[in-house]
Amino acid sequence: MVRAEGRATPENKNGNENEYIAEFRDVTFVYNKGVTYETKAVDSVNLKIRRGLITGIIGATGSGKSTLIQMLNGLIKPDSGEVLIDSENILSKDVKLKKIRFKVGLVMQYPEYQLFDETVESDIAFGPRNMGLSEEEIKRRVESGARFAGLDFSLLKKSPFDLSGGQKRRAAIAGVMAMEPELLVLDEPAAGLDPAARREILGKIRDYRKERGTSVVMVSHSMEDMARYCDRIVVMNQGRVCMDDTPPKVFGSSEELFSAGLDVPGITKVAYELQKLGIDIGRDIYTVKYAADMLCEKYGLKASAENF
Amino acid sequence: MSNTNKANEAYEKNEKNEITESKKAGGADIIKAENISFTYDGGGSEEKVEALKNISFSVKEGSFTAILGRNGSGKSTLAKLLCMVLTPDGGRLTVDGVDVTSDETTEEDIYEARKNVGMVFQNPDNQIVATIVEEDVAFGPENLGIEPAVIRRRVDEALDIVGMRKYARHSASRLSGGQKQRVAIAGTIAMRRRCIIFDESTAMLDPIGRREVMDSIVRLNRDEGITVIMITHYMDEASLADRVIVMDGGEIVMDGAPSEIFVRAEELWQCGLDVPQTTELLWRMRKAGLDVPLDAFGERECAEAIEKALEKAAKI
Repeated sequence: MVRAEGRATPENKNGNENEYIAEFRDVTFVYNKGVTYETKAVDSVNLKIRRGLITGIIGATGSGKSTLIQMLNGLIKPDSGEVLIDSENILSKDVKLKKIRFKVGLVMQYPEYQLFDETVESDIAFGPRNMGLSEEEIKRRVESGARFAGLDFSLLKKSPFDLSGGQKRRAAIAGVMAMEPELLVLDEPAAGLDPAARREILGKIRDYRKERGTSVVMVSHSMEDMARYCDRIVVMNQGRVCMDDTPPKVFGSSEELFSAGLDVPGITKVAYELQKLGIDIGRDIYTVKYAADMLCEKYGLKASAENF
Repeated sequence: MSNTNKANEAYEKNEKNEITESKKAGGADIIKAENISFTYDGGGSEEKVEALKNISFSVKEGSFTAILGRNGSGKSTLAKLLCMVLTPDGGRLTVDGVDVTSDETTEEDIYEARKNVGMVFQNPDNQIVATIVEEDVAFGPENLGIEPAVIRRRVDEALDIVGMRKYARHSASRLSGGQKQRVAIAGTIAMRRRCIIFDESTAMLDPIGRREVMDSIVRLNRDEGITVIMITHYMDEASLADRVIVMDGGEIVMDGAPSEIFVRAEELWQCGLDVPQTTELLWRMRKAGLDVPLDAFGERECAEAIEKALEKAAKI
């Protein structure tokens, strides 16, 4: 059964080894090797990605985060070091990269430019078909992928080039989801989307992880989104990992973030300002609801349960 | 000094005076739209999409307007109409006194009107044309046939405004996203655009890049008197404008100062939008029974508003 093999099930989650879905061991990658502009995009990175969690990677432009995540399915090969998926070095000769790519689904930045097939349906089916699944199973996968991405079934027979930008993005995400990857890697999945669409896609990723235990790695420039949806945050600065912790710990360390060319969410800054005024609700405030709840608790007010 | 040089100098002077004078006069309308609409016909086979429905509004010279709206609300179509890439199907659109929708308007009139409006797009990599920064900024003015000495001065000035002068001789391809966007902005400034439309120009940038670009936008509006129309999905950016227009379903559904718009949090949420995090916190505190205003957008102002309200409620 291909499906069982390609998914993290609770049964095979035993022992320490299985705590991590992916691992970078002393990984270095150099762009423009040997010329004047030689740059270490990724510099001696050691990082473990926890199974079943949403890990956010943040960093300024050029900090190496996109390069790093493209190594997770072997799209970019490091100059030195090892990349492990399920404790298996994906660069070793015995490992078939094709199999790794069924396991690790990568949604690149602006994936709407990667559609190529005649119809949306065949585009989404491309991955599952390569996995050698039955036609029946492919059909089911196409539908579940489309459903996840919020893509109307009536669009499946259309040419991808007749879709709007937002629909193309959904079709591209459907294609990766149809492979039911064990590790889902997304580079700026919500870039260019309006706030409601951002919430929809990020919320779906969170729900999907909850339902299936899929591990997720995602890159974003929005500190607010990362604070809200991630379980772990990895901070990159000039090719190196400088923090790897929970959102409150990371967003509570503003100095480190600023020196990495990043920012804290607006609400965290409000917490700093409150602290200056003698209203101390801590510096590890990273979502608006949490800030409101802390204020209400401290001053005996009744917090509103609503969430947006 | 050659005659052409003198002529150019006089031309420059005139342009500058024009901008300051109209600003002093309290701002004439640089853009005026009356019942404009636009429908994409989908090349015959597709269903027609009515992107804009009878929109009316005007933009004062020297003002800073933010346009918000979910994907597909018609805001990018509006931007294309304002910079005259598309022509409205119906209604009247006047740019700097030229009615671009009138049958009597010639191609040349429209060409002249276009010189007033520049546009900066989303993707920093799609709008740099030259290899060296200053050559890229000079590209526009060169194509307008302006004297080299004047171009030199304009390029330097423009790079100063966006804080990129020290990168003048750098390779454009090696700049960060934020720096590339500032070079693109400098290019439109060097062409003496009186109105610049930004179509989600910070969407692809990291936090520092966003801040750099927003600083440049604010500066060129405040110090140079250039009219700014900014389409964005970021509410904190929109709160820097002096006017916010909210679009939904091809229509203008809200239009007012940020302090008037962001307090209508529920309506904005219904339009698929957000409010700044500061407003959301104040909104939640108000729901919890604390008497706070909703229009303290700055982080400090927000904290102070909460402190004041807590004091008043005798909680501290």
